[in-house]
Amino acid sequence: MKTVTLAHGNGGAENQELISKVFYRAFKNDILNKSEDAAIIQDGSLAFTTDSFTVSPLFFNGADIGKLAVCGTCNDLAMMGAKPKYLTCSVIIEEGFEIKSLEKIVRSMKEELAKNDAIVVSGDTKVVPKGSVDKIFINTTGIGEVQQKGISSNAISEDDVIIVSRDVGAHGATIFAAREGMDINTDLQSDCASLWIQVKALLDAGIKITALRDATRGGVSAVLNEWANQSNVCIEVQEEKVPVADEVKGICELLGFEAMSLANEGTFVLALPKEEAQKVLDVLAQFDNSKNASIIGSVSQAYEKRVVLHSPWGTKRFLELPTGELLPRIC
Amino acid sequence: MNDELELKDLYDGFRDADTIKAFAKIIEEDAKKLGKTINIMEVCGGHTHTIMKYGIPQLLPDNINFIHGPGCPVCIMPKERIDSAYILSLQEDVILVTLGDMIKVPGSKGSLQDARAKGADVRFVYSPLDCIKIAKENPSKKVIFFAIGFETTTPMTCSLLEAVVKQEINNVYFHINHVTVPEVMKELIDSRDEHVDSYNNRIDAFLGPSHVSVISGSKIYEQFPEHYKRPVVVAGFEPVDVMQAISMLVKQFIENRCELEIEYKRLVSYDGNKRAQEMMDKYFKKVMFKWRGLGNIPTSGLELKDEYNKYNAKEIYKDVLPIEEIEDHKLCICGDILRGIANPPDCTVFGTACKPTKPIGSCMVSSEGACAAYYKYGNLLK
Ligand code: SF4
Ligand code: SF4
Repeated sequence: MKTVTLAHGNGGAENQELISKVFYRAFKNDILNKSEDAAIIQDGSLAFTTDSFTVSPLFFNGADIGKLAVCGTCNDLAMMGAKPKYLTCSVIIEEGFEIKSLEKIVRSMKEELAKNDAIVVSGDTKVVPKGSVDKIFINTTGIGEVQQKGISSNAISEDDVIIVSRDVGAHGATIFAAREGMDINTDLQSDCASLWIQVKALLDAGIKITALRDATRGGVSAVLNEWANQSNVCIEVQEEKVPVADEVKGICELLGFEAMSLANEGTFVLALPKEEAQKVLDVLAQFDNSKNASIIGSVSQAYEKRVVLHSPWGTKRFLELPTGELLPRIC
Repeated sequence: MNDELELKDLYDGFRDADTIKAFAKIIEEDAKKLGKTINIMEVCGGHTHTIMKYGIPQLLPDNINFIHGPGCPVCIMPKERIDSAYILSLQEDVILVTLGDMIKVPGSKGSLQDARAKGADVRFVYSPLDCIKIAKENPSKKVIFFAIGFETTTPMTCSLLEAVVKQEINNVYFHINHVTVPEVMKELIDSRDEHVDSYNNRIDAFLGPSHVSVISGSKIYEQFPEHYKRPVVVAGFEPVDVMQAISMLVKQFIENRCELEIEYKRLVSYDGNKRAQEMMDKYFKKVMFKWRGLGNIPTSGLELKDEYNKYNAKEIYKDVLPIEEIEDHKLCICGDILRGIANPPDCTVFGTACKPTKPIGSCMVSSEGACAAYYKYGNLLK
């Protein structure tokens, strides 16, 4: 690792290497080392997280960078069982950026904040010369109030099942389809959404959640691999149980991707005791964007720290952490 | 994209669990009558990938064996050509354009990804025709298309050249690295080097890649059953396709036939796409190509005809491009893997010093490479 390449930002293996070798080495402490979606501070009462957003194109089917920037940070809080409360917002803007686009972005941020019942309490703006950044970068940092303690990706056991909240890969596939030169006409929409609403419903129903994580960069396969690793278990997934939209499957087919490795912005994975599974499905069924939630797998000790994918025709293979920059295959 | 074709038509029906299981049954029954093991070489990396990803070997009886072939355009690219791409990308005012995985392959100086981190303008496109747009948006730059791939991708390079000539665009150049499949298959059976006895007799039958035959027709494989006594089935890339093709091959053996058959009738014909073939003849000549790990194979490569020299980056940049050959890493046995005489786990650095995140050889870089497929999916497989 001599220079940083785009592969270091993929949410997969290289990304983890960069984080652990450079940042964790310097900053290590008990809170950071847990590497949860958000840090739990103040004796477990608060969750605290930060995220920066860059995306191309800035506006796409189903969302834009503003909505992403609020959902991303609020969802990280929600995934620790915390209600999003206060956010900061700092933007780095390239000289020449249109005010109209900026207003549009801020409007979507506002809408999304309302859904979370959260507010922006501090911010910062920098403008840099043309070419120094790609149009606009947004950073949001958030604080949330923990409503259920003890949710952790280090605590998954053989008593748990794995549930995914909706069809996977929609965000990643939408962005790929929208990229220049693709010429794919699709109605595909990013799944970008605030998840606190669903999480709150689960908590209100008294469901005991073991682990919760939104499957952003690296997709569901990254979440499951991290969980298998952190909890020392084998996660066994039934491939046909994983919901994937037809169009996402088609795009994966065209480009040689795996839907489970594509990014999501409003899809989460849950691990919880078997007995609770049906209750979770019933709660999630009330929401539009989680009505096809599905139990996709179970936990065993078959292959330690690995994720195994079972095909409908009886074969199995590992589902690896995605590696490299996602590049379309050659033919 | 064509409106009538829905995205889901790309895979629908070809992953049906019941069909796959039914083929597994038929193959199992038929294989009992074989009386010997048959080794099927899938020439193409796309097939290797399908076989590993869908766990096909787990469904087959012990006497049916896959051996992996040389058919991935990234895997077979010798280091000097990757260096060429790297050097070209760092020339002043150059935008280097290529396809997918090529960006990750390490040459002796680094990969295109590294060049990009150094400031080179390297882009990948889904369709070579995108080069025209890039060229028009950057009139002061030279856009060099680093063309790779088998018969499958060659017509797209032709279309780009045709458009560049017709529209009189004067800032698009080509570095051609196209190769053709039948020549390398012949080489695998024919060659007379030290390995000959070990692998010459190993390949009992071929799975031919359907992509290639969509363009070139199935006719390019005719010599294999006729002259080399190896049956060929041209097959698609879905698990149902592969299972059906294997079943067809097994049937040939038990019925004592040795033929060229097409499993992938959806798109492949005997003659292929005549128009694409004409274009290839118009712009390209056949030349010797050095395949990584396999050496020089006569007439297995394509190069621009002399009359298109003014578009040829190899001519224009000949002073800076490497001419010496560069050896591969000593421990890497990609060459033997591409010949079908070794399997990835036979390599001493497989999965340890060599992983997809830190590849030593290109078989680990390309998502179609055998080492990458084994690493990603293979550990559970027999
Ligand atoms: S280029 Fe075509 S023939 Fe070659 S490995 Fe890829 S899919 Fe197969
Ligand atoms: S494991 Fe790596 S070094 Fe070994 S043959 Fe494969 S690519 Fe080459």
